Amino acid sequence: MKALDHKLWRDLWKMKGQALAICLVIASGVCTYVMLISTMQSLNVTRDMFYGDYGFSDVFAPLKRAPENVARRVTEIPGVSQVETRVVANVKLDVRGFPEPVNARLQSIPDDGKPVLNRLFIRRGRSVDPAKDNEVIVSEAFADAHRFSPGDSLGAVINGRWKTLVIVGIALSPEFVLQTRPGAISPDYKRYAILWMGRTPLGTAYNMKGAFNDLVVTLSPGARAEDVISGLDNLLERYGGLGAYSRENQISHRFLTEEFKQLQRSAQIFPVIFIAVAGFLLNVVISRTVSTQRDQIAALKAFGYDNLSIGIHYVKMVLLIVLIGVAIGIGAGIWLGRGLGRIYMEFYRFPYLMYELKPSVAITAGMISIFSALAGTLFSVRAASLLPPAEAMRPEPPARFRRTVLEHIGLGRVLSQPTRIILRNMERRPVKTMLTVTGISLSSAVMIAGMFSKDAVDFMVDVQFRLHHREDMSVTFVDPASKKALYELKRMRGVVYAEPFRSVPCRLRFGHRSYRTSVEGIEQGSRLYRLLDMSLQAIDVPRSGIILTDYLGSMLGIRGGDMLTVEVLEGNRPEIRVPVAGLVKQYIGLMGFMDLSELNKVMKEGNAISGAYLSVDEKYRPEIYRRLVEMPRVAGAVVRKDEIRNFYETQAEALLFFTFVASVLGGIIAFGVVYNSARISLAERSRELASLRVLGYTRGEISYIFLGELACLTLVSIPPGFVIGKGICIYVAKALESDLFRIPVIIGNGTYALAAAVVLVSACLSGLIVRHRLDHLDLVAVLKTKE
Amino acid sequence: MDITRLQNDSSGPRIVFRTRCLTKVYEMGALKVHALRGIDLEFYAGELVVLLGPSGSGKSTLLNILGGLDTASGGQVTYLGKDLTRAGDRELTEYRRYHVGFVFQFYNLIPSLTAIENVAVVTEIANKPMKPEDALAVVGLADRQDHFPSQLSGGEQQRVAIARAISKNPDVLLCDEPTGALDSATGVVVLEALERVNRELGTTTVIITHNVDIAGMADRVVHLSNGLVTTIHKNTSRKSPADLHW
Repeated sequence: MKALDHKLWRDLWKMKGQALAICLVIASGVCTYVMLISTMQSLNVTRDMFYGDYGFSDVFAPLKRAPENVARRVTEIPGVSQVETRVVANVKLDVRGFPEPVNARLQSIPDDGKPVLNRLFIRRGRSVDPAKDNEVIVSEAFADAHRFSPGDSLGAVINGRWKTLVIVGIALSPEFVLQTRPGAISPDYKRYAILWMGRTPLGTAYNMKGAFNDLVVTLSPGARAEDVISGLDNLLERYGGLGAYSRENQISHRFLTEEFKQLQRSAQIFPVIFIAVAGFLLNVVISRTVSTQRDQIAALKAFGYDNLSIGIHYVKMVLLIVLIGVAIGIGAGIWLGRGLGRIYMEFYRFPYLMYELKPSVAITAGMISIFSALAGTLFSVRAASLLPPAEAMRPEPPARFRRTVLEHIGLGRVLSQPTRIILRNMERRPVKTMLTVTGISLSSAVMIAGMFSKDAVDFMVDVQFRLHHREDMSVTFVDPASKKALYELKRMRGVVYAEPFRSVPCRLRFGHRSYRTSVEGIEQGSRLYRLLDMSLQAIDVPRSGIILTDYLGSMLGIRGGDMLTVEVLEGNRPEIRVPVAGLVKQYIGLMGFMDLSELNKVMKEGNAISGAYLSVDEKYRPEIYRRLVEMPRVAGAVVRKDEIRNFYETQAEALLFFTFVASVLGGIIAFGVVYNSARISLAERSRELASLRVLGYTRGEISYIFLGELACLTLVSIPPGFVIGKGICIYVAKALESDLFRIPVIIGNGTYALAAAVVLVSACLSGLIVRHRLDHLDLVAVLKTKE
Repeated sequence: MDITRLQNDSSGPRIVFRTRCLTKVYEMGALKVHALRGIDLEFYAGELVVLLGPSGSGKSTLLNILGGLDTASGGQVTYLGKDLTRAGDRELTEYRRYHVGFVFQFYNLIPSLTAIENVAVVTEIANKPMKPEDALAVVGLADRQDHFPSQLSGGEQQRVAIARAISKNPDVLLCDEPTGALDSATGVVVLEALERVNRELGTTTVIITHNVDIAGMADRVVHLSNGLVTTIHKNTSRKSPADLHW
């Protein structure tokens, strides 16, 4: 066997270019798999560890106000293990040197500084001193964004009173791994903060002495969250309960879960493509090797080697290539996984990242690659080992050619001989041609699928912030106010136009299905906040009935004309039944919409509004911000432009990372496929091409014959690549669809162009490398040998 | 067809090739192989020359240099007065394209093209070519023109190769062991085709062989051995290929 192993190494060395190209394709598949799965698992482990170590609660129950002794009755609800009450408030912050509205969630911690649940990981500084009423701990993401250190101070409007707060600590909480303002589409670390304050000072500020307005519980083992939630809702109803919800609907947890789902989905799709392409390439290369080594196989058999050892010889060749690829892939996967982990850590605030690659992941990646490679080459290896020696000694029968379809339909007249050669070569092996086209097309598909999120996100932002929301800023009041509050806003200098809105938290029910969200009341002919029909045309809110987000409609299984039950979760908590007037398109969140006065009427609340959308004069923006901070009625303000800018700032790095990775991987597939096809046809046709050189054809002319075929295949493969890419996008979008967001399948021309460009450049590159060999054909040698 | 193009020029036959002290050294690692050690020869317009010699005598090297497939290490070779030793790749390609017809031992046809298309592959790039049909008629293959190489016998394939070589109306026809892969009877048919081209078109023809019997059909027979010309023999009369036996 020793001599055969020498042969193995030399053969591999001889085909090192092709072997390397295949190694890279395998490595790409293994790398994406390892990167995505290890990142997902690492984040998962990190999350679970953080949740466990810091007592993340299972059920959350916001309410209006309840006396502290209600907590005892909560513990009596079957299935409840631990209970903690809190005071929570939304406040406005005034950050020196940052003239934009900053909102915060101010949350109490027990006076001893040690919450039972959702304990804080204090990164720097210390916990608050219960004796002082101006000390706060701030969330790390916010502190980093503004470069706050313990000892710094910031202004806040707490229950209408301006106060200077001193930062004593910087912390992380399992509740706010992803720190997102409710209703926002991405975390905004500059304009949204989490603040923790002692229970006594915060309770005093909000008249919550001996009372609470937020409750968190953990479940005892085996308890069902739904049972506890309905127990809590029953108990808290009279205290203004806003509807308890489980971890699954807690915003930070929810976003993390969706992200993991996305990673998992990608880990299912991309590696499969790479491994399939690698299997095909190995098949082509090994078949070619076997056919050029027919005489060697014959000789070996003549010397007495049996079928098995010949088969094993070629299997070893496949395994070596695959294992090198797997090794490169695991290394690169770990490297990129760490990079991706770092990007996620910018987003998700964990105290630490437990990066780990489970051996099972690496082994799975290796096994999948090996099996698919062997499956791809089984046929040619088998053919090699079963070849009878006498037959193997004879050269392969000459290739048979036919006239092409193009010639049969009479186009032959216009074709030059070189063009005929190109066409007949492609037609002679339709399966190989088709597989090559499929292989190349997969490279553009991979790129489109890898980059499509950018286009989709652009489109979502465009719909959300340019078609749907058209205000400059939205202002929310602490409590529903009368229309007078709107006039107050309108009178401010710089406010050009204002429109009121009413937002009512509620549970929507149809049949046995329900969903907790809010109903938005908007005015007829609203200009700043528009509803969009299925073709994204602005429509008016109907005078009666309710409009639902399309996805909400399908979730509830409700259609236009059906009666929807709206269980209001604030005020007198009326339960009303309204007909569904229609559905609207919305990519982010789920909501119901009603005419403002109609909503006021069914709520029996006069002309209450929750806030207003403003259109303002750019010049007066800083002044307006300042005034809003000072207005006690105003709970917070959000500037649309800031939101868009922030969104792109937070997403930019991740999008760039994925675009870069997708381009490199797409390029590798294109290069791998084109280079391998080129090398193989060069090997098969060098004699023919050299003969043409002898007959007086120039290098350029034979390059045309040779590279023309590759160019044809590459060009032909681009449109199907686009189609396959779009198909993958549709699958991914469908799989990730949720009440949080629906990704539209929008692929920009730029993405198509970039995908095509990467494929073309990779093809040209491999063409150039092979062309170099073409220029150095040994003209004399080919004439002396019989094929 | 301009049959007398190169024959009755002026006084005496015109020199097509002239070699002076032509040497060729192949460097194979540390080893130097002297394939040609100083060849002085003239080839005249319209004549049929057979190069004879055992393998390794340098006859193929000489033919390759004459055909512009290889370059000399030393000395000089001129074609119609032009120095081939100084020509670059571009000039040599052009030279092969417009002036030289090749016939090889293993035919070197393009498998994906039919007989007539294999001829057309040359006529499409030549200056004043024959019609491919006419070239095939010269070698007696007019009725096989639409067959692919895989559908032709060895002799037929070689005759297509000859048709391809002559179709551009080359000034010289260089044949390297044209019958080497053929049986005797088929070989005769191929040689008849070559002889006919030489006689009717007046193309200067150089044939390499190690088969002494073929020498009978030549105007002159040049013997090579170990990279040197040993003898040059002039036949008083050319034998017809049909009279050759081996």
